[in-house]
Amino acid sequence: MAIFEYAPAPESRSIVNIKPSYGLFIDGDFVDGAGSFKSISPASEEVLAEISEASEADVDRAVAAARRAYEQVWGPMPGAERAKYLFRIARIIQERARELAVLESLDNGKPIRESRDVDVPLVAAHFFYYAGWADKLEHAGFGPHPRPHGVAGQIIPWNFPLLMLAWKIAPALACGNTVVLKPAETTPLTALLFAEICQQAELPPGVVNIVTGAGATGAAIVNHPDVDKVAFTGSTEVGRIIARAVAGTGKKVTLELGGKAANIVFEDAPVDQAVEGIVNGIFFNQGHVCCAGSRLLVQESVADEVLESLKRRMATLRVGDPLDKNTDIGAINSAEQLARIKELTAAGAQEGAEAWSPPCELPARGFWFAPTIFTGVSQAHRIAREEIFGPVLSILTFRTPAEAVEKANNTPYGLSAGIWTEKGSRILAVADQLRAGVVWANTFNKFDPASPFGGYKESGYGREGGRHGLEAYLAH
Amino acid sequence: MPTKDFKRLAVRKTYKLFIGGAFPRSESGRSYVVADAKGQFVANASQASRKDARDAVLAARGAVAQWSGATAYNRGQILYRIAEMLEGRRDQFVAELRTFGVKNADAEVDAAIDRWVWYAGWSDKLAQVVGGANPVAGPYFNLSAPEPTGVVAVIAPAESALLGLVSVVAPVIVTGNTAVVVASPDRPLPAITLAEVLATSDLPGGVINILTGSPAEIAPWLASHSDVNGIDLTGIADHALAKDLEVAAADTLKRVIRPFAVDWSADPGIGRMTPFLETKTVWHTKSFEGVKGSAY
Repeated sequence: MAIFEYAPAPESRSIVNIKPSYGLFIDGDFVDGAGSFKSISPASEEVLAEISEASEADVDRAVAAARRAYEQVWGPMPGAERAKYLFRIARIIQERARELAVLESLDNGKPIRESRDVDVPLVAAHFFYYAGWADKLEHAGFGPHPRPHGVAGQIIPWNFPLLMLAWKIAPALACGNTVVLKPAETTPLTALLFAEICQQAELPPGVVNIVTGAGATGAAIVNHPDVDKVAFTGSTEVGRIIARAVAGTGKKVTLELGGKAANIVFEDAPVDQAVEGIVNGIFFNQGHVCCAGSRLLVQESVADEVLESLKRRMATLRVGDPLDKNTDIGAINSAEQLARIKELTAAGAQEGAEAWSPPCELPARGFWFAPTIFTGVSQAHRIAREEIFGPVLSILTFRTPAEAVEKANNTPYGLSAGIWTEKGSRILAVADQLRAGVVWANTFNKFDPASPFGGYKESGYGREGGRHGLEAYLAH
Repeated sequence: MPTKDFKRLAVRKTYKLFIGGAFPRSESGRSYVVADAKGQFVANASQASRKDARDAVLAARGAVAQWSGATAYNRGQILYRIAEMLEGRRDQFVAELRTFGVKNADAEVDAAIDRWVWYAGWSDKLAQVVGGANPVAGPYFNLSAPEPTGVVAVIAPAESALLGLVSVVAPVIVTGNTAVVVASPDRPLPAITLAEVLATSDLPGGVINILTGSPAEIAPWLASHSDVNGIDLTGIADHALAKDLEVAAADTLKRVIRPFAVDWSADPGIGRMTPFLETKTVWHTKSFEGVKGSAY
């Protein structure tokens, strides 16, 4: 199959100045933590920076700073003034957008095309959106006098490092809470750059505290007695641990967990658009997406046609340097995640499903996985049940809309789903019956600050985005 | 025949469970003594077992499709019908509450009836209050709407045997959830009499299932049951038990209402409906030409 040859088109990394080491951001200053670890570029395995690891005592300092800021500054401040800080942050993010995008791609491995055109613009939009809520909360439908909880402990994943930070910090601050946020240990750099942005915005010290570290640091936040609210995005497994940890306390909790979304293609769907949606659904961000369309349910009558078209399209996907503007699929975020993807795809083959990948040369260094589809998948296969969190699609077929709905709902998860059909009435009927928090009809993986996001069942509880997203940060 | 020498013997009611619209005894064969305010025997209530709890969950799950699929108007009418039936049996509930020493029994029954009416009116309004169109930056019609969580276990308050019970059950079912309710252990009679009201109110069998017995025995099975989506722990006064139940509920990430002090006569607000609702947001692609004309 003929593929256009593209000359490399690398985005310059000179726009970003990575320091050799970073401290914790507590009470407005960078301070040393108890330990340290390294953050590497998953595309090259090069060490990017030395990062402080926050101990229990460090987390305690951060929570104390957040409490002080809540009581003395941020809590009493009029909403209109809080709003202006958030608008200011949104503007600085826009001003430094390219720098943030390059740093995100370096640290995370995602293509610059995505960090530049999706992640960072959505981050700015999210702050801009929630800034406007800060002085309008009494009109939000949560009673006449909604109050903040106090100190919010927030733990975010590595797949959309800065975007998940925005989803957590923007609504928390708009509602008058202060935060202690832990970025993922493999992707701390944009959160630390965000701390500099808070300094540039002259955000009062202690309103935002960034503590870097791994699971132990996260546990220290969740278990800290002076944290009033816990917000977590990550695996269902860790979500369960957090739900247990806060049991019997007064802590509020919201959880955005895993998914195994069905992307349903009916026989009357426009095949080219559906194939674009399938590709976007599973290969966007290397499939490191909790709402990824990882189960393709295609109507039997068009299965061959869709599969052939999908293979043709996949052959044009370019895997490689995340900073190359032509790259479609970047690096897998970590060696650990790559091992997980390999384990599950091996199980898929072992259980009898058939794997296919386009011819695809992977770089020698770094963590890479070729875009892969599995056919002959049954609902009982591990690759149809477990979240792979990689560029791996399981394809199943159905005959009737009722069968599609039954298969789509046959999962403990319930985060998202897709429907492809030209028939409007069918979209509404199927969307009604899908047990999922976000349903995309003739599109996929669309996000917007005004649109609530979150799951049913074991995909967690609470919503982020929109008016609904305020509820997690308000007592009423 | 010397009938005039004998006072007529009253026909007592057998208080049983309410599962799937029927009134079975506990499969365990157990019962326990319910006493009045003075400690005198009133009835032998069924003591529900783990198996009864599972049967109740099965019935509740079986009722989800029909009840959540009913129109909001229809659900509202059925809740209003419950209020009508309760009003008709008003004196019976007043007498039962007085058995347990409730002083203002009249007022409590009135408030319970009015609470059904209040929640009945919410059925076709809540979606407009908590849902709506979202102004996203793109060519999409984006709509958020609430949907019921599914099967909800409810541990009813121990003290307020009727008003408290109604106040925790009505908000769960008005939105389309189905419920497995553990009644007040010491004052279970109004709950079973309420089941008789429910059975004559066109409420489909299985939408509300009522168990009597020991919450400490039954609740753990409901908290850990994989087919229960949410649990209201209001009736659990023991802090350690409430914590254990919340820990068990975490295994399947159930939506949980923790116990907290409630004034049942106060305006309930919408805070008992929203914890057992899921927000579904649907993005519809807009295009004059159909999907073929739109970029994804």
